[in-house]
Amino acid sequence: MDKLLHEFSVGLFFWQTVLFVIILFLLRKFAWKPILNAVNEREQSIEESLKAAEKAKEEMANLQAANEKLLLEAKEERAKIIKEAKDAKESLISEAKEEAREAAAKITENAKKEIESQKNAVMADIKNEVGTMAVEVASKILRKELKDKKEQDKYLNELVADIKLN
Amino acid sequence: MNRILSFCLLVALSIGLSTVDVRGEDNSQEEDLHMDLKTGAHDENGAKAYIQHHLQDSYDYTIWHAMGWEFPLPVILFDDGLHIFSSSRFHHGESVASCDGKYYKIYHGKIYETDEAGTITMGEHGHPSNPKPLDFSITKNVFTIMLMGAFLILVFSRMAKSYKENPIPKKGGKFLEPLVLFVRDEIAIPNIGEKHYKKYMSYLLTVFFFIWFINLVGLTPLGINVTGNIAVTFALALMTYLITQFTANKHYWGHIFWMPGVPVPMRIPLALIELLGTVIKPFSLMIRLYANISAGHVVIMSLLALLYVFTNWMARGAFLGLTLFLSVIELLVAFLQAYIFTMLTALYFGGAVAEHDDH
Repeated sequence: MDKLLHEFSVGLFFWQTVLFVIILFLLRKFAWKPILNAVNEREQSIEESLKAAEKAKEEMANLQAANEKLLLEAKEERAKIIKEAKDAKESLISEAKEEAREAAAKITENAKKEIESQKNAVMADIKNEVGTMAVEVASKILRKELKDKKEQDKYLNELVADIKLN
Repeated sequence: MNRILSFCLLVALSIGLSTVDVRGEDNSQEEDLHMDLKTGAHDENGAKAYIQHHLQDSYDYTIWHAMGWEFPLPVILFDDGLHIFSSSRFHHGESVASCDGKYYKIYHGKIYETDEAGTITMGEHGHPSNPKPLDFSITKNVFTIMLMGAFLILVFSRMAKSYKENPIPKKGGKFLEPLVLFVRDEIAIPNIGEKHYKKYMSYLLTVFFFIWFINLVGLTPLGINVTGNIAVTFALALMTYLITQFTANKHYWGHIFWMPGVPVPMRIPLALIELLGTVIKPFSLMIRLYANISAGHVVIMSLLALLYVFTNWMARGAFLGLTLFLSVIELLVAFLQAYIFTMLTALYFGGAVAEHDDH
């Protein structure tokens, strides 16, 4: 201890203190602060970048999911549209068929009605004709009746034959 | 920023260089302890003196004595006024230096005021009784601290600058950034806590890199022993002590002077013990760093000296291997001591700002 105290150099202590304080302040200003700030900034930026990357990844996944959903929806939509188109086609065809059928039926009906009316008209004509003929025949019979009975029958037969021919 | 850096370097260099021109005189009296190694260190006493000389501070800067790679440093003394002169006047401690009518001589690494002939009179405890002037010389250690400080500022401000261009460090920064982060994540945050650690970071980083780099420089053959000086470790520990006391919150003082949860009569002796504890903590820091580094230097230098003491080549080989091995251990110790000092400092800071929500 005595030796230590004897060896203690006040000058060295003084210079060490003064120089160390100077070194401390110079290093603090020109080295430690800028270094620690730069390192802190770098660490922060790394952390932020990692977070951003994570976020981007998440967003990417979300986007992909959304895309898939959209695709699925589009497929569904397409199937729906195709089905609707098919339905529309079928209904259109069936409607057309129905209409055609109806039209055909109407035409047939009209034709039938026409035929009927024509037939009726013809029947009426025939009836009129037969009527006049009958009247004629009757008048002729009536004229010949007075002459001969035999003749009368013969004539009547002839008349009847005539009618048949008509 | 560059200008300030260059200025610091210039100041550090010029202090050394300004004294070089004075050293033109012929140093004929080369009975320096360095010479002991070459001529007279083949015995234990020579080796012991050499080691002791190494552990002490020096007024010259010797890189390689035999090659003449050395330069004197300025001596600054307060003794009835300021005396500034080059240490070359001492001629490596052999001559009496005169300055403004006063005479000084180096005895065992310390400057004493003497008469013209350089008489040293011995006191009771084996120490000279001559008056000691107040010595603020730029010694070898002070000069090394300046250089290392300039080096630290240069390296780390460059590193800081590189972040402005690119957030990812390059070159030296690649190596230093993990260490900076180590101090922050392994030392500061666990011991002080997320909330308060920021204000201590500058001090912790400076202390860590200062001690580590100075320790490493001490392992080079430049023969530097800065952190093995009690004055240096005392200055560092004192700073830790002062910062701890001045940033402490009321819980810290509460736990010292009026310990909660303890019977009242016990609180007074506890306060004394706790108060003593605040001093003992930094005191242990001071002794630990000083003892570890000086011990390491002593062991390595002793083994090196044994290389000269023994003449048997096998013994020499063994000691060379052992020296190499211990040097590697010392590399680890250099880091470890810097780490322990910083870590315990952070622990004391943490104690000073702890919230004590649990009471």
